[in-house]
Amino acid sequence: MAFKFIKEKWFYLGLLILALILPLIITDRYIFQLVIMSIIFAIATLSLNLILGYTGQASLAHAGFFGIGAYGVGLLTTKLGLSFWLALPLASLISAIIGFLIGLPTLRSRGSYFAIATLCFGVIITIVAGNWVDLTGGHTGLLGIPRPNPLTLPFAGKIEFESQTSHYYLVLFFLLLTLLVMHRLVFSLQGLSFMAVRNNEPLAEAVGVNTFATKILSFVVANFFAGMAGGIYASLIGSISPSTASVNLTFNWLTFLLLGGVATLAGPIIGAFCIPILMEYLQFLQEYRLIIFGALLIVVIIYFPRGLMGGIDSLRLWIKNSYTRRKAGGDKVVTPSGKSHQAV
Amino acid sequence: MDLFLQQIFNGIMLGSTYAVVALGLTLVFGILHIPNFAHGHLYMLGAYISFVAMTKFGLGFWTALVASVLVLALVGVVVERLVYRPLRDQPHINSFISAIGALMILETGVIVTWGPQAHRIPNPYPGTVELLGVTMTQQRLLLIIAALVLILLLQLFIKKTTPGTTIEAVAQNREGAMLVGINVNRVSSLTFAISTGTAAAAACLVAPIFMISPVMGALLGMKAFIIVILGGLGSVPGAIVGGYILGLIESLGGGYISADYKDVFAFGALLLILAFKPTGLFGREVS
Repeated sequence: MAFKFIKEKWFYLGLLILALILPLIITDRYIFQLVIMSIIFAIATLSLNLILGYTGQASLAHAGFFGIGAYGVGLLTTKLGLSFWLALPLASLISAIIGFLIGLPTLRSRGSYFAIATLCFGVIITIVAGNWVDLTGGHTGLLGIPRPNPLTLPFAGKIEFESQTSHYYLVLFFLLLTLLVMHRLVFSLQGLSFMAVRNNEPLAEAVGVNTFATKILSFVVANFFAGMAGGIYASLIGSISPSTASVNLTFNWLTFLLLGGVATLAGPIIGAFCIPILMEYLQFLQEYRLIIFGALLIVVIIYFPRGLMGGIDSLRLWIKNSYTRRKAGGDKVVTPSGKSHQAV
Repeated sequence: MDLFLQQIFNGIMLGSTYAVVALGLTLVFGILHIPNFAHGHLYMLGAYISFVAMTKFGLGFWTALVASVLVLALVGVVVERLVYRPLRDQPHINSFISAIGALMILETGVIVTWGPQAHRIPNPYPGTVELLGVTMTQQRLLLIIAALVLILLLQLFIKKTTPGTTIEAVAQNREGAMLVGINVNRVSSLTFAISTGTAAAAACLVAPIFMISPVMGALLGMKAFIIVILGGLGSVPGAIVGGYILGLIESLGGGYISADYKDVFAFGALLLILAFKPTGLFGREVS
């Protein structure tokens, strides 16, 4: 067991080093920009995974909260002249607070009801963003959102955020931060109660989990990170419009999440990277993209509800089983670990 | 006063569409418990089928309507078979995700085939009628009357015919229905065919009044869900009344408060209702 642990640790360290030297490997600016966008969407997908994958509540307002974060940073920096480093946490906090207020009524409902209610909220956000011209600039959106301000660190000196490479390290930092928080949260006692709510809400309630508070917490944390991803997006892209909050974006992330593997930490990141890059190589299919996504969603949810990561898990288990079987003559078979993959 | 009556009339007209579409959704969502989130998109496809039948094949308005209903009933059966039946015994949310897949295919399919722009369907009854100081086009009046007829026929079908009563039987007790020899799979197919067929009929009646576009179904589908939830899951009268109420709210809210935000009223109403009654106005506890 310890051997496997060390091996896994080396694997992740290798991955981290690869991520750190990636700017040296990829020289094509266009592909590099694609990587940066993938990382921002990976943050959003990771947070969607918390509420949908681990807690089992399909929030379809996720792009709405991404939009709130984006408009938050856009307005705070352009209209109030705040620094990006102040605007980003503020916008994320606003997104979390609105999430709390929306969660109070909607999380009392369950299943499809919750999905529809959050979808309605997502549509309201888009309508408001398109029509409140004085604040949001209407359908034209907000233009000229400044890049993150230069940062002066005690030992490293001044860091500017003008070059693409610096953007990359910025989003990579936030991705690692999100991953760290999600890891701490999911593997804590709180994480267990998230999964308890997902697997059987009445049972969780019966053993003393405050299911409503658990769902609210998951929703608020998920929306905080969705808002943060939106804020980073706004600052790096420089302009936003109501389509930044569009429901289609939520559907895209849903595809990333389900194909990558729901209720895993690696799945959302793999999904957010592989699918856009794959689509890039299938450029001629561009207009059929959503048809392919839709068909994939249906096939995956019916036949492989655990996505790519689930498939890898099963494969690993199968290899292990055939290995032990050969060794022990077939009486020792490893059963799936305690993880439950019931819902979704 | 005239303006008020005009708004009421428009509200009833909008409500007629909502009532018919929500009625179809009640059958699949409220009775079969399938969250057919692609319902609005099937409605949109219905409008396009009638558009093609009228412009490409030169059919008349009513023949195009019948053709569209038949095609969509078939599409409904196929969608139920491929998208929802494999997920029948799984958590609700899986069907919901599957439905999102279906609506992405439908919307993009229509965009790829007929382009993202809106199309106009020739209006078969362009004349106007004057009633109580309210001017209305004949097509709008036709929509209101046709919706009433459709609702009535559907009610008669469910209450008075054998296939109709099997739907109610499955809704009340799936196992019990199977025990007395009702083929549940066939009932599911039948319900879907009726549901999408009525949606197509509503779409064909509305199409000459407004333009048709690939996005016309998305908002309507959401509103149909709102009506079904507000009216009480599975309640047929609830869906009809709810449809007319929502139409009136939108028309009056759009006329007197703000036209830009008229869609927000419906969605806001749902959020409010769920805050106080998480299972809907007349809803039972869902498992």
